[in-house]
Amino acid sequence: MIAGHLEPYLVLSSLLFSIGAFGFLARRNAISMLMSIEVMLNAVNLAALAFGAFMPTLAGQGVAFALLIIAVAAAEATVGLAIVIAIYRNRKTPLVDEYDAMRQ
Amino acid sequence: MPLPPTIPFIGITWADALFLLLGGVVLGSATLVVLGRDIIRNGLMLILTLGALAGIYVVLGASIVAGAQVLVYIGAISVLILFAIMLTQSKSASAQLNFQTQALPAALASALIGILLAVALGATQWGSTVYNDTPDPAGTATAAAVLFGPWLLAFEVASVLILAAVIGGIYLAMKPAESEEIEA
Repeated sequence: MIAGHLEPYLVLSSLLFSIGAFGFLARRNAISMLMSIEVMLNAVNLAALAFGAFMPTLAGQGVAFALLIIAVAAAEATVGLAIVIAIYRNRKTPLVDEYDAMRQ
Repeated sequence: MPLPPTIPFIGITWADALFLLLGGVVLGSATLVVLGRDIIRNGLMLILTLGALAGIYVVLGASIVAGAQVLVYIGAISVLILFAIMLTQSKSASAQLNFQTQALPAALASALIGILLAVALGATQWGSTVYNDTPDPAGTATAAAVLFGPWLLAFEVASVLILAAVIGGIYLAMKPAESEEIEA
């Protein structure tokens, strides 16, 4: 009775999104922030797939949307981690609150 | 021998048990991703989160996305993240403070976001189909007809984006040339 309704999937998706949002706002490590972004993107994927599976007018759209989000997430992770490693090579720290060159 | 429609002695259906189990694993491991102290364990917990989500995608009848999730997220992105952790790990990292000073407001804000979204999404009348068991699998053929029909331009743009990301990643990861190093 739970798995056949739309709402449980949406509630799970929003809880997952809020967990990722907390991680993005609260963690100091740049790689932890990127991991939280991946969690949030997956929450969006889950919502898209749930809508695609439960709304008759959206059949197939959710899958197409989710596959495109996965492709964009792969590109984002590649560039994001390359940027983090490039900054680490200069500043020798992965902690974002120590990247304060423009504040001084 | 066919399975009974509900789990014996508990009385909930197999699909519900699967959804509750996978959803619990997803939420628990995602919490450990953002709260854990050891960043390598955060990366491993991220793999568990992504794997359990692939299971939920199968429950939703989107097996092609579950396959892409395992291949791209678990196979590629998680390994990339673990490599980046190993490249930027310093010995004192786990002894340092993991959270920003704004961690408490961040917790309040994200809890507010989660509760608002969950209440709003759960209370809306979506007019969605209600299934007795799990949703009927839409089938990969339907999704392919959508992806290579009205979404074809987005598909092509995504491939250009991935090409740009690959070139950008190589450029950023290259050692800076000698002249740039003198400037810096």
